[in-house]
Amino acid sequence: MEGVRTAGEGIHVLSFTSAAMSRSIRAGQFLNLRVEEACEPLLRRPFSAYRIEKSSIEIVFNVVGRGTAALRRKKQGDVLDVLGPLGKPFKTIDPGFDTGVLIGGGLGVAPLPLLTSALKQEGKPVVTFLGARSAAQLVTDHLENLHTATDDGSRGFRGNVVDLVSDFLSKHPVEHPKIFACGPMPMLRAVASFARASEITCEVSLEGPMGCGIGICQGCPVELAGPEKSYALMCKDGPAFDIRTIKI
Amino acid sequence: MALTSFRLAGLELKNRVLVASGTYGYGDDCLETADPGKLGGIITKSLSLKPRIGNPPVRIAETAGGMLNSIGLANIGVHRFLSEKLPFLRSVDTAVIANIAASTIEEYCEVLRILEGEDGIDGFEINVSCPNVREGGLIFGTDCAAVAEITRRLRALTKKPLLVKLTPNVTRIGEFARAVEAEGGDAVSVMNTLIGMAIDIKTRKPVLSTVTGGLSGPAIKPVALAKVYEAARAVRIPVIGIGGITNASDALEFLIAGATAVQVGTANFIDPAAGIKVAEGIARYCDENGIPDVADLVGSLDAGSGTSVLDSWL
Repeated sequence: MEGVRTAGEGIHVLSFTSAAMSRSIRAGQFLNLRVEEACEPLLRRPFSAYRIEKSSIEIVFNVVGRGTAALRRKKQGDVLDVLGPLGKPFKTIDPGFDTGVLIGGGLGVAPLPLLTSALKQEGKPVVTFLGARSAAQLVTDHLENLHTATDDGSRGFRGNVVDLVSDFLSKHPVEHPKIFACGPMPMLRAVASFARASEITCEVSLEGPMGCGIGICQGCPVELAGPEKSYALMCKDGPAFDIRTIKI
Repeated sequence: MALTSFRLAGLELKNRVLVASGTYGYGDDCLETADPGKLGGIITKSLSLKPRIGNPPVRIAETAGGMLNSIGLANIGVHRFLSEKLPFLRSVDTAVIANIAASTIEEYCEVLRILEGEDGIDGFEINVSCPNVREGGLIFGTDCAAVAEITRRLRALTKKPLLVKLTPNVTRIGEFARAVEAEGGDAVSVMNTLIGMAIDIKTRKPVLSTVTGGLSGPAIKPVALAKVYEAARAVRIPVIGIGGITNASDALEFLIAGATAVQVGTANFIDPAAGIKVAEGIARYCDENGIPDVADLVGSLDAGSGTSVLDSWL
């Protein structure tokens, strides 16, 4: 553990070092943290990899429950038990698009900095949209070509981030876009319906409780699109899914 | 070095720690964190005749020291298991026990027949105790005559080790263990999950889509230990202890209570190498205490009186 710093109102960035992990993480993958050594809470907690700087790895979180409360108490020098990287990365290597349209809601910003780097490596420009309740909850570091929306209008567009994206793209169309979105489920549903209506390819990164993070507990089903009911696993097959493949 | 290997119904296992059905997939998901060849055995996810998609979300909930699950026996079905998963399992240097779930006695027989001739399947564990499916599952597991009938029918179909996994959701588990023994079952696995429930007080809705689910994890260990003790006193066939084992100390309690071997379940979700660490810890305990063979621990409980636990309690 290197430490926990504040990145916004109630928002914390925890950093730790792992040379091996820092080399293998790809944008969109997650890390499964054991927050306590004892059996309370019992299960690991999944977090998107937020930033990597040499062998230093960061995750971003706010305290919403007992898992994140325990994380907030971690200190420099503590040894963290981290399983990862887990899950499938975003599909950034894809000849079907030229511009990455990145959309984050609240702490859904988490995978976007690594995604920005990955897309730049592919030579693809990005335009980023980030929404939050108010300016204090916007975590805007390490993003590019950023446009913001806040519910209270304290910074950027007043309203939700999907309306901002819709408004922006109607005025400034981009060539062959692909949307990458991460945030609360209602936002992801709105992004998906916007993407479908605008015929833009779209991947959404889902968040939900997971038992194990590696596919052995079968506890995180995601309903697949198609005439016959079936499920993928959020942890193993996701957490990012092309919206054409899932029910959203 | 203490002797860790033993024979379970004629099957040589390298140690007494197996991974429980439904907590290790088909063995191929944990490779980066654990070498399954160091386990005493792998018990597969329950296999049914046809693939099952499982229950809708929400399937899991975390509770104090435990978790509830209602997976609904999601599995790829016995045929895809043979073509997609068994080749890998054959390459692992450990025993592979196929767990079978079904909604009719005929279906249990059919799945076992399909698996019986397959090289690489070393034995069977029959799931008569899933709390999360409407048909089959607990309807069989809580009916002693049905458990006896299933054991009898399957016994006639195989000479390989036949284990029956019992539910704790009955009044006297010893009677069920005796029924399995009487019909020629080689061992009983004790126990499956306890029926449990969690409610979201904000919405007044159950957390799980099926309202109730199966409780597992450290929270159930004392219950499991008592069930193992009861079963082990009721029968002469081996009892395989399961329920909340997360470390060697937990496993040793089960062995002392009368379990011939143990299964590690929920702990795999937190650490896929948990079973291996438990096996190593048991061997270390034996070496440190001058116990030449892990078998010497099995059923070694000194039930004469309680003991002071002040040190570990303080």
